[in-house]
Amino acid sequence: MENDVIRYEDVELLLNDLHERYGYDFTEYSKASLQRRIYRLFTLDKFPSFAEFRYRLQTDNYYFRRFVEEITVNVTEMLRDPSFYRTLRTTILPVLATYPFIRIWHAGCSTGEEVYSMAILLKEAGLLHKSLLYGTDINPQVIDKARKGIFPVSQMQKYSENYIQSGGVRDFSSYYTANYHLAKFDSALTAKMIFSTHNLVSDFSFNEFQLILCRNTLIYFERDLQSKVFRLFDYSLENFGYLALGSKESLRFSPIADRYRQVGKEKIWRKTHEAG
Amino acid sequence: MKPDKLLVIGGSAGSLQVILSLLAAIGEGFPMPVLILLHRNGGFESSLEDIFSSRTSLPIREVEEKDPLRAGTIYLCPADYHVLLEKDHSFSLDYSERVHFSRPSIDVTFRSAADIFGPGLICLLLSGGNSDGAEGMQYVQERGGLTAVQDPATADVPYMPQQVINRMKVDFIVPTDDIPRFVRQLGEPHK
Repeated sequence: MENDVIRYEDVELLLNDLHERYGYDFTEYSKASLQRRIYRLFTLDKFPSFAEFRYRLQTDNYYFRRFVEEITVNVTEMLRDPSFYRTLRTTILPVLATYPFIRIWHAGCSTGEEVYSMAILLKEAGLLHKSLLYGTDINPQVIDKARKGIFPVSQMQKYSENYIQSGGVRDFSSYYTANYHLAKFDSALTAKMIFSTHNLVSDFSFNEFQLILCRNTLIYFERDLQSKVFRLFDYSLENFGYLALGSKESLRFSPIADRYRQVGKEKIWRKTHEAG
Repeated sequence: MKPDKLLVIGGSAGSLQVILSLLAAIGEGFPMPVLILLHRNGGFESSLEDIFSSRTSLPIREVEEKDPLRAGTIYLCPADYHVLLEKDHSFSLDYSERVHFSRPSIDVTFRSAADIFGPGLICLLLSGGNSDGAEGMQYVQERGGLTAVQDPATADVPYMPQQVINRMKVDFIVPTDDIPRFVRQLGEPHK
């Protein structure tokens, strides 16, 4: 059985190839998850050996694109962790409301479900007209999907439950039009969104925000890369802005921790002062 | 010092009671970390930690990303994340697709732990109505780890351990009442 397994050394070899050839640096991603995703792709595409897999990646740009699409995790949902969204409604949005213009960045937004969730909250708080939501991801394919705002109808019941638990009081189905098995979200929401590819490993800050959300992306990064990304967020966040993370992620061990204060029980931190 | 052994216990429907009884058997000085993966739905997360704490003197900790593994600590997989192990014996969390309708998936954790611990890994699979765990257990055995299942004849829901027995020659088939003693003996020398 050993021969059909991709070992940790193989993964490192591959990552160095990709960095050299394509400029994509995955070397500081958490290896256990990455190895699992790479093995999954290797099996899915039925490569007879690791050497052939590696050769294909070295020589075929299109296959490399597939690699990026498949090894990044793109699982997300609308209003994931409803209590988190409830806190956004009750605690964070009232503060953002005091700004003349609201800029929000969803880093690692995948297919955009959380961006649409945020737009719904902003609309209900009467703030959408003066907001701009930026959604970015390393994977161009998911960004295309996010732009379209079309999600499977089969998910809507779950999302509707999340919506109610998050404190929503309207009819969730008023935000989309169902057509066969697809639900297309209101273009008034999409009009306030800007989607673009952005690589947290290598790309720079592109604006200043009052709220940055990066949920369940940092779990795939090793500690040093996490620190680097935290500094990028810190640099991109206005003073007194908010940073929101996934339910098992924390700012605690990061180099920016001393400038941030956690808001309540949710994984939301507020910037208390700028770097000295 | 990094532990060279790890006990992973996977369970689904009908396994909570078994886990509670075996916790009582793991006490002070248990020489390896224990990782418990229980299928559950998001609802009653933290209370599980409390229920477990009342049964053992060992520290119970819900896994957070990058936690280091420590001997004599009982780790609990959080709801809705796969739990993986890194080469430096720290935990990674993963929010990718469900496996066997499950996240956390027992297969995913068994495999990842086998990659890191090889023959130092001990896996115990308990009652459940799902086929999660069987494939992972075979992988564990191929890498020299020790495999054990709750005897389906005495399990609340026999399906899950039975899947392992149908698939491979498992090292130990342990009747429900013997599981606490079995686990205690894993921690004793000369086993």
